[in-house]
Amino acid sequence: MLNTYTFPEFHYARSTDQDAQTPVKHPVVVVGAGPMGLAAAIDLAQNNVPVIILDDNNTVSVGSRAVCYAKRFLDISDRLGVGQRMVDKGVTWNIGKVFLDEEQIYSFNMLPEEHHRRPGFINLQQYYMEEYYVDRLSQLDNADLRWKNKVVNVVEENDVVTLTVATPEGEYQIQADYVIACDGANSKVRAMCGLESKGQVFHDRFLIADVVMDPKNFPPERWFWFNPPFHEGQSTLLHRQADNVWRIDFDLGWDADPEEEKKPENIIPRVRAFLGKDVEFELEWASVYTFTCRRMEEFRKGRIFFAGDAAHQVSPFGARGANSGIEDTDNLVWKIKLVLEKRAPEALLDSYSTERVFAADENILNSTRSTDFITPKSKVSRVFRDAVLKLAKNYNFARPLVNSGRLSVPPILTESPLNTADSSKFTCKVVPGAPCTDGPVVRNGQNNFLLTCLGNTFNGLVFVEQRQDLTPEMLQQLATLATQDVPVKTYIVARHDMDLNLPDGVELLIDKVGAVNERLDAKSGTFYLLRPDQLVTARMRQFDQPAVVAALNKALGN
Amino acid sequence: MSTLITEANLPRPDDFYQVLTDMHRALSEEQSADVNARLILLLSNHIGDQNILEEAMRIAREHIS
Repeated sequence: MLNTYTFPEFHYARSTDQDAQTPVKHPVVVVGAGPMGLAAAIDLAQNNVPVIILDDNNTVSVGSRAVCYAKRFLDISDRLGVGQRMVDKGVTWNIGKVFLDEEQIYSFNMLPEEHHRRPGFINLQQYYMEEYYVDRLSQLDNADLRWKNKVVNVVEENDVVTLTVATPEGEYQIQADYVIACDGANSKVRAMCGLESKGQVFHDRFLIADVVMDPKNFPPERWFWFNPPFHEGQSTLLHRQADNVWRIDFDLGWDADPEEEKKPENIIPRVRAFLGKDVEFELEWASVYTFTCRRMEEFRKGRIFFAGDAAHQVSPFGARGANSGIEDTDNLVWKIKLVLEKRAPEALLDSYSTERVFAADENILNSTRSTDFITPKSKVSRVFRDAVLKLAKNYNFARPLVNSGRLSVPPILTESPLNTADSSKFTCKVVPGAPCTDGPVVRNGQNNFLLTCLGNTFNGLVFVEQRQDLTPEMLQQLATLATQDVPVKTYIVARHDMDLNLPDGVELLIDKVGAVNERLDAKSGTFYLLRPDQLVTARMRQFDQPAVVAALNKALGN
Repeated sequence: MSTLITEANLPRPDDFYQVLTDMHRALSEEQSADVNARLILLLSNHIGDQNILEEAMRIAREHIS
């Protein structure tokens, strides 16, 4: 196993469901306790929806798979109570550098803006992230994580899903209103439903080597080499992870023999040629992989939902796997909750597939383009690629064409049927369908961040300049919004403290720095309506209660 | 919106044609391909209009069915 990490071993425990005469029915069953399954389960449980998680294994992800977690992943993890642990353990980075031959030709900064709680990216081995998620889940009463429970059959009939589960003590059945399949790229649930994920297989092989070395050798940045002297004609990627483990990714080409390349006696000379003969390192883990870019046609089939790699897959360049997967469950959970509680129509659930298919297509497009740039598929593509790289050394114009991976940013769901189109002009990037921006705020005299205050429920943001901009009538309307069947909890955002007598469900946030005001192009009276997943769903220049109620109804699929 | 100019627009067509072909003098096929690619990239950036560039690309290969 690994030198720097000891894999936890979780124990199979018999559930009372296994002794029931007839299958016990649960609101939601999640299949797969990988990152997406765990995120879905935590989100459900902390929103008071009881959830069962079934996993055929008894530990976290073996070997280091996902490495880079984007700001949005961290923002969502914060809402799920895991963000701080990930950031504390992970390696924060914002800078990426691109090299050609022996020279640096380009560098980029993932988060040029200040005043966000979270950095552009952290790097962390997937097993740490999963371990933290498992710990968090175990704190929640509503969640029952069952290890060594393998789903062997799934049938949807008469508005209920029946799952047959194999355990070390034999099979049993349970039922669910809804099933979320987070069982990975080779999803068994998908196969049992007779569904496929279709797309493009790339004829290329990559070697991952995780090595332990002294951190003084390289800064915490993403370094990408085209045609490096130590690995001629190919590409190499270097990333630092926690515990002084470094991820090195070598492009090997299609003709490489994966079994041979995986042998330490072949890996070590490659790594040594790269690091130089004086750098000491230990090989921690290695693997040779190929990849596909593909997705399912729809991410919903009746009462069964597909999320993460089960629904869509991308190449690793761009870190769009785990980062898009968590956006799936973030999108789905609040919808399931509201439909289960009969506060939103079934139709809301269709928007999960519509929105996340749109996002998957953007991720697949970006990932495919990066892959085609990194490993050109024809002679002429290679000529153009090399010309771009060589021009980029001396000419700025070519640098934006260099594509060593367009790193994950959340796709903006501009086409979502849940959005209300703007009726007045806004000039900021945070449009309906985009996650809300972040910024420092003061709440109850404490320094905080906007995103930390948002989520799990619909939120309103109303911007005011002067105390008198906030009429008693408006306060009454905001109070009414907070007590509806689906409540909207509003924050009044002001640049300075105000002596206000606020009703329940309405709070004051002070935007001292002005970052929130600026990023949302706010003027006095501006109102933003945010979904429980922190996405902007509507906005208006002047708060108008009927318009807010109409936008809320639209966002609920009514 | 501007459109691709397909009427004669070069003030000194013979001079242009000569420098274009001279640019490739004594180059290997590989070098020529590289130089052409760089030229296309430079000019594309100069034009900077996706519609015009796509129109030019369409016409460039319209004879190939």
